Amino acid sequence: MTLVHPVLHYCEVLFLKSVSLENVSKIFGNAVGVDGINIDIQSGEFFTFLGPSGCGKTTTLRMIAGFYYPTNGKIYFDHQDVTFLQPNKRNIGMVFQNYALFPHMTVFENIAFGLEVRKLSKSVIKEKVEKVQKLVHLDGYGSRKITELSGGQQQRVALARAIVIEPDILLLDEPLSNLDAKLREETRVEIKRLQVELGITTIYVTHDQHEAMAMSDRIMVMNKGKIQQIGTPQEIYNKPANPFVASFIGESNILEGKVKAVNGNDVEVELSDGILLHGNKMNAAPNTNFTLGKIIKLSIRPEIILEGDGPNKMTGEIQLVEFSGVSINYIVKVGPNEISLMIINKGSNILQRGENLTFHIPENGIYFLGEEW
Amino acid sequence: MRTNQMNKLSTWTRLTQSKYFVYVLISPLFLILLAYVIYPLYKTFMQSVVGENGFTMENYARFFNPESDANMEALFNSVYISIISVITCAVVGVTMAFLLERYDFPGRKILSILVLVPMALPPLIGSLSFTFLYGESGIFPRAFQALFKLDEVPFALSGIPGVIIVHTFTMYTYFYLTASAAIKDLDPSLEEAATSLGASRFRIWLKIILPMLTPAMVASSLLVFMISMASYTAPLMFGVERTMTMQIYLSRTNGNLDMAATQSTILSVVSILFLIIMRWYQNRRNYQNQSKGIGVHRTEVRSAFMKYFSMFLSMIGVIILMLPILVIALISFSVDGEWTVQIIPTTYTLQHYIDLFTDSETWRPIWNSIKMSTVAVIGNIIFGVAAAYAMVRLNFKGKTLMDILIMVPWALPGTVVAVNLIAAFSEPTAFSFNQVLIGTFWILPLAYFVRQLPLVFRSTSASLVQMDKSIEEAARSLGANWWYSFRKIILPITMSGILAGTLLAFVQGLGEFVASILIYSVSTMPMSVAIFQKMYAFQFGTACAYGVLQIVLIIIVLAVSRKLEGKLVNSPV
Repeated sequence: MTLVHPVLHYCEVLFLKSVSLENVSKIFGNAVGVDGINIDIQSGEFFTFLGPSGCGKTTTLRMIAGFYYPTNGKIYFDHQDVTFLQPNKRNIGMVFQNYALFPHMTVFENIAFGLEVRKLSKSVIKEKVEKVQKLVHLDGYGSRKITELSGGQQQRVALARAIVIEPDILLLDEPLSNLDAKLREETRVEIKRLQVELGITTIYVTHDQHEAMAMSDRIMVMNKGKIQQIGTPQEIYNKPANPFVASFIGESNILEGKVKAVNGNDVEVELSDGILLHGNKMNAAPNTNFTLGKIIKLSIRPEIILEGDGPNKMTGEIQLVEFSGVSINYIVKVGPNEISLMIINKGSNILQRGENLTFHIPENGIYFLGEEW
Repeated sequence: MRTNQMNKLSTWTRLTQSKYFVYVLISPLFLILLAYVIYPLYKTFMQSVVGENGFTMENYARFFNPESDANMEALFNSVYISIISVITCAVVGVTMAFLLERYDFPGRKILSILVLVPMALPPLIGSLSFTFLYGESGIFPRAFQALFKLDEVPFALSGIPGVIIVHTFTMYTYFYLTASAAIKDLDPSLEEAATSLGASRFRIWLKIILPMLTPAMVASSLLVFMISMASYTAPLMFGVERTMTMQIYLSRTNGNLDMAATQSTILSVVSILFLIIMRWYQNRRNYQNQSKGIGVHRTEVRSAFMKYFSMFLSMIGVIILMLPILVIALISFSVDGEWTVQIIPTTYTLQHYIDLFTDSETWRPIWNSIKMSTVAVIGNIIFGVAAAYAMVRLNFKGKTLMDILIMVPWALPGTVVAVNLIAAFSEPTAFSFNQVLIGTFWILPLAYFVRQLPLVFRSTSASLVQMDKSIEEAARSLGANWWYSFRKIILPITMSGILAGTLLAFVQGLGEFVASILIYSVSTMPMSVAIFQKMYAFQFGTACAYGVLQIVLIIIVLAVSRKLEGKLVNSPV
């Protein structure tokens, strides 16, 4: 019985590296996959690429891994230019969406593969593999065939295989997408725990915003090959940089109105049906233009809206009622807009479709969006 | 400070990263195709159009001359035999597939195994067994003659009907395999959906089942047509001289080389045309069943009468299917030269089997075939694996061309392949390292290599396609260079595919007859040619002993490759 926590052994030997992308583009034939992106990922950071499918997140990851070479731009690990370095010389650990385990090898052989490539002695390999097996709770599974494992176990073999080589950077390409909902939650916690304990620079690709929010130090939201926003989960959620981010992350009511008056920090906006809303100028995306008369976009989260009278009061007819247990979701028609709001269920009465509902929006609940870019 | 590593990259690294580097990698493959597929075709074509005074169309004029109609009759016969063969094979194959896939009756299990027996018969042995069974001095005609005390045999298989019956027996399996696969893939819920929408049984057949089967039927028809056009042994055994392949053989043995070249060119054009139509059709129309996990449901035969009747029919089916192999096995024990006018041979011996492995004279053709087939297969493995990897994993222009060029030798009749090789390598060329290959040991392995070109390629690319691309990438990300991951990951995973193709190529080489008969020399005589010669020397016993050896080898290979394919399907990912 060893009392030393296996994780501590890893921490001693890991060399953490930062990753930088400088103006990186990738063009496939006529299609632009990734369009001139700049990222600086700190060493030890858990960094997530988030976006809808086809947004360029996986392409970016594969350029970092070395499976694609960029059409333009440079990639650096720390200060070393690795733009055209072959994948096998980058010392990266990668977990693939479908795990990509070697079907003709046992669990042990799979995990040992990278160590054998590095020509370590048999005894060292055995020691390291057993240690990492313990780390991912697969001790005793060494001689199992890959086909004899469940999806979650296969996923942990893939993770073990990637980290046993003590990579400078860990790349995870939608590693949870093939697991069922419950297992996904468990594995998510497990991956985050490992990352925190190992302190390894990690790049994580996903299209699932909940995964991204729960795990990441910072998130890069991508769409159509371009960066939409880089920030902490709180920044991305509370201060979305543009309408795309606002609607992709969580749910949001996006309204359009005209800037009517600006008094200090108070901004008055007139919606198309004449309703006046007041918001805080500081609560806005960086490039928001508050010129009088300008059409401006507002983002209002459904859970920020409150029932009853207050500032920014509105009344409308209920179009749809959804009871989810935790909350009651209403869609209310106010003039030309359909506004979705979420009321926490405290046992009060549920209104029916066709009834009128009065609600208000606290001033700091209105967020001014910049233009989409 | 960021150091710029780009300048430090070696010339080699920069060269391999060029997008044109892939063409350096695939050039050896194209060189082989050029040397052994295109160049021989070209040489034959040139021989057909270049006379003593330069370019001439004289040979083609003679071919299409209505007055000397031998050639036109041959072309007509070949097409006629092929069309009828397609029809008869389709009827037998599809009927068998429907009976075995959709109905449950006594005898279904055994029949569904034996239905593939014709695949175990090399073409020469198949034709041979039919002449033994149903030919003029065959067992059945003589048995009936004796039974009913007739002066002459009441019936005998010969001529074009004989050829067609042998074709039907040996080729219906192409229809059976595709049709039963298509029927298996037919999702019962499609029929149920149609029924729920109010369609009648007949309408379902017309509008759902038949259209779903059409692609498989068209593909099999083209295939059977091509193989029938290329058929050589059946016309040879049943004495039908007026077919294209026989005409080529006769022109060559009569020394009319220009005419042989002309006939070969015309037959090549037909074959390649069919190959291209086949490819086009398969790419154009591909019904993919979206549903997964289809449950088989068979209609049970219930009434007592139908049960006995179907049992009786199954038994007849089993007998018909087994007879060719049984008769070859029976005759292999008969004493040479003793079987003349009797119904079946009267005296039996084990001597032929002992001779096979002890008598140096009898053993030599076997050893020749093993040697030549091995050499050819080694070539097939190297070329096939490299070409499969290139086609599946590399990105380059000319993929379609490469695919067609690999398939062309398979589409060409063996007779034509032989004629082409003779045209190309009866003089020293760069492709034969300045040697004359005709008359040497090397021409036969070369012919086998060319004829089996697609086999290892196909099976390997099938298993490569199944293998997820990210498995190779995983190996690379773990630090393995290309060669290491090729050896440790790709080869082991695709091994079953490679092996299946290799075994198939090996037995095809052992049984090859059609091309061999034109290019063998006395010292390199292969097994099939020996069978043919023993037949003509009335040494039926020895001939059939060779035949049994070939059948046994083929059955072993089929069984092993079934296993390998099973492994392929069961592998994860």
